[in-house]
Amino acid sequence: MQNIRLLKTLVFAACLIPFVLLGLAAFNLAGQSLGANPIEELLHQLGLWGLRFLLFTLAITPLRQLSGKTWLLQLRRMLGLFSFFYILLHFLSYAILDQGLSYIAIIEDIVERPYITLGMIALLMLIPLAISSTNGWMRRLGRRWKKLHQLVYVIAILGVWHFFWQVKLDTREPLIYAGILSVLLGYRLWLKFSKTRQAATKS
Amino acid sequence: MKDKSDNKIRATDITDEPVYLKRRHFLQLAGITTAGAAFAAIPGRSAADVKPLKTISSKYSTSQKPNSYKDIASYNNYYEFGLEKDDPARYAKSLITDPWSVKISGECDKPGNYNLEDILKPHPLEERIYRLRCVEAWSMVIPWVGFPLGDLLKRFQPNSKAKYVSFTTLNDPVQMPGVGRRVLAWPYHEGLTIAEAMNPLAIIAVGLYGKTLPNQNGAPLRLIVPWKYGFKSIKSIVEISFTRKRPQTSWALSAPREYGFYANVNPQVDHPRWSQARERLIGNGLFVAKQPTLVFNGYADQVAHLYSGLNLRKNF
Repeated sequence: MQNIRLLKTLVFAACLIPFVLLGLAAFNLAGQSLGANPIEELLHQLGLWGLRFLLFTLAITPLRQLSGKTWLLQLRRMLGLFSFFYILLHFLSYAILDQGLSYIAIIEDIVERPYITLGMIALLMLIPLAISSTNGWMRRLGRRWKKLHQLVYVIAILGVWHFFWQVKLDTREPLIYAGILSVLLGYRLWLKFSKTRQAATKS
Repeated sequence: MKDKSDNKIRATDITDEPVYLKRRHFLQLAGITTAGAAFAAIPGRSAADVKPLKTISSKYSTSQKPNSYKDIASYNNYYEFGLEKDDPARYAKSLITDPWSVKISGECDKPGNYNLEDILKPHPLEERIYRLRCVEAWSMVIPWVGFPLGDLLKRFQPNSKAKYVSFTTLNDPVQMPGVGRRVLAWPYHEGLTIAEAMNPLAIIAVGLYGKTLPNQNGAPLRLIVPWKYGFKSIKSIVEISFTRKRPQTSWALSAPREYGFYANVNPQVDHPRWSQARERLIGNGLFVAKQPTLVFNGYADQVAHLYSGLNLRKNF
């Protein structure tokens, strides 16, 4: 128990590192810099970290099943919430810094630009998941909690798609994320498929 | 050559001239200082590589404050040296710009291979402080050094069949690590109508901030067409050809729905994936809002007549 607590604290601190580094870079401190186009760089980095934490979250279940280390499950909620944290900051820096809170421009963007539409849908879907991540909500929702949180698969697909449509020409990086996501989701499909087949042969 | 702009530009120039000249002088001093300080921080080119140039001022310069040398020479799209903005500054030192020659071909009376000195010799160099608007919705103000493209083209005596001018960038996988990947149709090529090419705003740039161009900015000579998105302003030119037909262009080939031949800056015609209505001026930091983009990047008085009767939405 003591060890799990320590582990959680360490992981929490590690999850904050990108935030701290970006904060330093935003104010050109400690040798960090966001370069000539700081808003774009900040937006990009926050989005990337949101997506990375989403993939970390999705990696927990397969890793636990393959390794048998059940303590991994203790980290899943934190990783998921950090994903929400970075994606929310990604959206806020877009709305405040990039668009200057011009809600007309923001609405126009959401309606007219498919990649922003996708990103916005993904963010909206993340909100109920973040809210219902507490023990209380898990208890209250019971079996429906799991169903609700399966939305994360859709969110991850939308997130990678949002990234893919946003790049100008070089699709290598979003394709790497798409590849990792395919493995994570493919593993679940394969598991489900083989379970159903097992059940079928048994009966 | 028709030049609708003269009156309007002269009016502001005359009113502001003493102030303008003072400011210009100050900016030049500041520019050189900034440049000097920035060299140390910029990889890819040392102070010894760029040489000072003698320039005269131009009525076409904007009075807006230019971006820092550091921003201009470290935030570049030059895919032959990599796809990240800082790649060109990092890798373009491998570009050999001396000796350099430019092949002139096509519908003209004086085709041939011209070395760089012959290309440049007859042309007095002007400082042209221009806005540059990238298709990615950011912009800069850049003190180029160059001369009118039209003056150069006339020397080769284009004939009456020459309707377009095409430009080609060097394509050398040894000097340019980025061309190993076929992200664009190499060699990079661009084109203008002959009327666009003869417009006095179109220049061949050979310098920046009163010195020769750093490699990452397209040394030793490049095109600047300030009313068009930046990708039209082709870098490190090795061939200029006069053609009857509209030349193919690299970006239009790679994504014809997103990039057209004209590529005039137009806040009313969005890129299919992002808005062109506003732009981020580089150098403003984190807390300054985007500014509105101007039709023809603010050069409508000088160039709008080139497109009268043309549907700019279709011919984007």
